[in-house]
Amino acid sequence: MSLLFKIAFRNILRNRRRSAMTGSAVAAGALAMLLFGGFTTYIFAGLETNNVQRIGHLTVFRAGYFLFGAGNPAAYGIDRYGEVMKLIGSDPVLKPMINVLTPTQSLVGIAGNFSDEVDASKTFLGVGLIPSDRDRMRLWDQFEIGAARPPDHRLSDTEETSGLMGFGLARILGLCARLGLADCPPLPDAGRPAADITAAVDPDIVGLARHETSTEVLSGAPQIQLLAATAGGAPNVVSLSVNGAEPQGVKELDDNYIAMHLALAQQLVYGRGEHKVTGIVLQLHRSQDLQAARARLVSLFQEHRLDLDIRDFSELTPFYGQVVRLFSGIFLFIALVMSVIVLFAVVNTMTMNVMERTNEIGTTRAMGVRRARIRWQFILEGALIGVAGATAGAILAVGIASLVNGAGLTWVPPGNANPSPLYLYVFGRPGLVIGAWLGLVLIATLAALIPANRAARLPVVDALRHV
Amino acid sequence: MTDVLDDARDHRHATAVRLTEVTKTYRAGTVEVAALRGISGDIPLRSFSMIVGPSGSGKTTLLNLVGCIDVPSTGTVEVCGQRIGELKDNALADFRARHVGFVFQNFSLVPVLSAYENVEYPLLLIGVPAAKRRERALAMLEAVGLANQSRQRPNELSGGQKQRVAIARALVKEPSLVLADEPTANLDTETGAAIIDLMHRVQSQFHTTFVFSTHDPHLMSHADETFVIRDGRLVDHKAGAVQ
Repeated sequence: MSLLFKIAFRNILRNRRRSAMTGSAVAAGALAMLLFGGFTTYIFAGLETNNVQRIGHLTVFRAGYFLFGAGNPAAYGIDRYGEVMKLIGSDPVLKPMINVLTPTQSLVGIAGNFSDEVDASKTFLGVGLIPSDRDRMRLWDQFEIGAARPPDHRLSDTEETSGLMGFGLARILGLCARLGLADCPPLPDAGRPAADITAAVDPDIVGLARHETSTEVLSGAPQIQLLAATAGGAPNVVSLSVNGAEPQGVKELDDNYIAMHLALAQQLVYGRGEHKVTGIVLQLHRSQDLQAARARLVSLFQEHRLDLDIRDFSELTPFYGQVVRLFSGIFLFIALVMSVIVLFAVVNTMTMNVMERTNEIGTTRAMGVRRARIRWQFILEGALIGVAGATAGAILAVGIASLVNGAGLTWVPPGNANPSPLYLYVFGRPGLVIGAWLGLVLIATLAALIPANRAARLPVVDALRHV
Repeated sequence: MTDVLDDARDHRHATAVRLTEVTKTYRAGTVEVAALRGISGDIPLRSFSMIVGPSGSGKTTLLNLVGCIDVPSTGTVEVCGQRIGELKDNALADFRARHVGFVFQNFSLVPVLSAYENVEYPLLLIGVPAAKRRERALAMLEAVGLANQSRQRPNELSGGQKQRVAIARALVKEPSLVLADEPTANLDTETGAAIIDLMHRVQSQFHTTFVFSTHDPHLMSHADETFVIRDGRLVDHKAGAVQ
């Protein structure tokens, strides 16, 4: 075997330029696959981190909420959610997996800004949450991509009437100036209501809103009124101090989003009735535990006969799956193109090698070398070119990734509104490096098989006669 | 043909190669070309035998059959008592590895191996242990006068030196039979003569059967047995050289 290696290695060096060109094709393949693979890995990690920070890994809903609850969240509240949370939080299997366990309330309604200078209203999608839990969730950064976010002091556990809204909703409600938002134009005249918009609303509801407005605390934060139907169907209005606006990645969400304290959301949806929640969010320490945690929740709910449903973040944000599929498809395409290039490059080189060494093949066969050894000889050469090229490509990819990662570049990931650091996540995914390396070496080896077979099948006499 | 065989019978002792009504036909497109047309004869063991004849007479074809790198269309070829037509490809390769050495007109050394490695190669094929390989390869290089060139690659050697390495490679495994196809054709007269002397010397030393295909009168003059071929037929076979 050592002589096979010796001959293969020396023949590669003998045809330096040809071997270098073929090795370069393999290296280019490895480079492209690893850099793009590193980029997609970072995108996936970034998206997952963003989702897990926002909505956790798993959310427990009342059965049916996932399919029908968006139209009427109040009707799908989880009864005695405190007991359910206690059941989950104290479970010996789940407890060590859970980083944050927190309730949320989704709601829909109308937000109105009826201050002196503006009369504007807009439907909204609201979420009620525990601010301190939200802060803890925002620290999650399992993939260490520097995505942990500092606590957001604009929401506080002690200020139950404070909230945040989407940048677009603030613009629509004419709050740009009051919130000091940059690049946020004031409401144009055409956007203002021609007459008192409250004329079209039931007088009782208007009265409720006026009452809320008149009782607002005169602080620096602008006040808006949120109108929603309670679980019982009655209209209810609460006042919200808008402590800030933050852009959301999707315009539809940006134009509708309001985050508020859970207690305020519950007050709006349930009034004086039993306060429920639409979801119980579980953020795990590690994404790898997701399936295990889900399975445990299922058995726990079955055991306690709870009619609850469990959804993970990829089900709740289909965009995540779409992006993963899109980038995986592009990666596959690039890998395929690179594989074909490597295949043809190696076949071409090895075919030339076989042609040039036909007489040598005849000589060694005459000496008593078996066909199989001739076949292995050329396969080994192809494999060695593959190994050299793939290794060079991998080293180059790691070097380029280091440069890019250290350059402080930023970009706006899909579905996000704020720039994030741009990383090529080559190091963090050994499977990618090993997979690309092995794949290319395998392709180079298989590519060599075709000319190697041809070499092995050459009749000795014909090979010796070859000039 | 019967006369030829009768002549040869007198000189026959132990036989290295036995040919019985051997024919070889090649197909060139739709045309069949008969390269050998029923050759019979024995090549004695430990002889310095020559296959001579004009170009296209079938010398190389016959040498290929004797060297077990080709099989006859009809008839039988026995080398060292083994009918080569009965062997499968791997068995035939193994047989060549153990019993047959080749010296080619164009030397045909493996260009990426040193002189020593080229000589060592046949020993690897028959599984000689490393220490023994080294000992035998160096001894053989010394026997052909290339002890000091053992590390040099073929492109660093002269034509004569390359052919010496080829001879060492052919003999190192101590084969029953060494076949040499025009071994002096690519050498100048002086070097060719030196190579012939060398082969004669090692043949005596190692008691190996040498079979040559040649045009070289100087080489022919060293023949113990001469087989004259013309148009694919054995037209003469006699002890000693043909004038």
